[in-house]
Amino acid sequence: MSTLTPDVTVDSRGAGCPGPLMDLIGKVKKADPGTVIELQTSDTGSKDDVPEWLDKAGHELLEIVEHDDYWSIYVRTTG
Amino acid sequence: MTQRIVIVGAGTGGSVLANRLADRLAPDIDAGDVEVTLVNESEMHVYKPIWLYVAFGKRDPEDGVRPVVDLVDPRVSLRFSRVEAIDAEEKRLALNGGDTLAYDYLVLATGARIVPDEVPGLQEAGHDFYSEEGAIALRDALADFTEGHLVLSVVGTPHMCPAAPLEFVFMADDWLRERGIRDQVDITYTYPIQRVHGKPTIAEWAAPRMDARDIRAETFFNVETVDAEAGVLKSLEGEELAYDLLVTIPPHDGVPMIREAGLGDDGWVAVDRTTLEATHADDVFALGDAADVPAPKAGSAAHYQASVVADRLTSLVHGQVPTATYDGKVVCFLEAGMDEATFVSFDYTHEPQLRPESRPVHWAKLAYNESYWLTARGLL
Repeated sequence: MSTLTPDVTVDSRGAGCPGPLMDLIGKVKKADPGTVIELQTSDTGSKDDVPEWLDKAGHELLEIVEHDDYWSIYVRTTG
Repeated sequence: MTQRIVIVGAGTGGSVLANRLADRLAPDIDAGDVEVTLVNESEMHVYKPIWLYVAFGKRDPEDGVRPVVDLVDPRVSLRFSRVEAIDAEEKRLALNGGDTLAYDYLVLATGARIVPDEVPGLQEAGHDFYSEEGAIALRDALADFTEGHLVLSVVGTPHMCPAAPLEFVFMADDWLRERGIRDQVDITYTYPIQRVHGKPTIAEWAAPRMDARDIRAETFFNVETVDAEAGVLKSLEGEELAYDLLVTIPPHDGVPMIREAGLGDDGWVAVDRTTLEATHADDVFALGDAADVPAPKAGSAAHYQASVVADRLTSLVHGQVPTATYDGKVVCFLEAGMDEATFVSFDYTHEPQLRPESRPVHWAKLAYNESYWLTARGLL
């Protein structure tokens, strides 16, 4: 369990690549700077794709938490 | 009591479904036990894949248009009206003009629409081949374009026909070579994620071909705004890309009444991906572009889904347990230029395998475009 409290949770469980990443990008587009977003994904590829995109786009990866059948990827948007 | 099946949308999914139901349920319809109604705002059915060819002056827009009444079995009642709202609790639709239409089973085949207004500047700056007007305007712009930077930008996913952006740049490359001006034109393709297509095997097929043809790829490029005056795309990732002729795949959305009816937050109907039954309502199905399933928004998917929904509805109206399921099957052609194509088939559990492109497959695609009307009639 994470101690982070997200402002927005994006449930992309069940969606294959690139669904979770595109769902996250859609939310980041509309979010104010400083928003904490939790992306829930059951797609293993997301663990690599999402940090790579965050690095390129300049947003902050806070934490990746593994649950029984999905991962929560916590992100903070920057300005 | 007559059991009433109402289908909203007479695109590929809705038309194939209506014809399959008319075939499967003919005795029940003739006896007055079942009624199948197809509701569509327009009296015309449009075959959208033609627009890619319109852009290169190879087809006319009217080649892709036929009256719905010519495509649908006469056992199906047609109603040309706009559906304003869905009341899934009371099982009825509100039509424009104040009429209501009650149903026992509802199928939403309302498709996808483009929403370029979601990106500032896109409407003014970008051409597209995802609308008839867009394809005609792009045809004229391409005919006048003899030098400069041509950019094809995939602005939003999911979008209709995921192969089409790749097809466009491969066709443009070939078409410009045929006109003898390829060396005066730079081509760039942008895509939102870290490869050139959502499906890894398609990306692996396309990337080396793009390199070989000098088509530049910009990945992880999510368009945030377009400066039409300066001719510059600005991305969410902080990059800028100047263009002389911009062709975009605009953002897509479902129809607002899906969201308003509580059937899906993202504009697409939330469904079980195998039964295609709505998650948030009883006796409601969705198929084709309107359905939120991990399959492409493509006529091929709608076609196979329509067969599954027809089988399930036939079982239901006969008091049987429905067993037909959709496994994500899709079969798509993919143009690799003006006279070569490949094709892919895949489903929820199998990735696409691409064959080397060839002329016969290109001709098969053109032949399918001609015979599409047999698909809409439920014959192919």
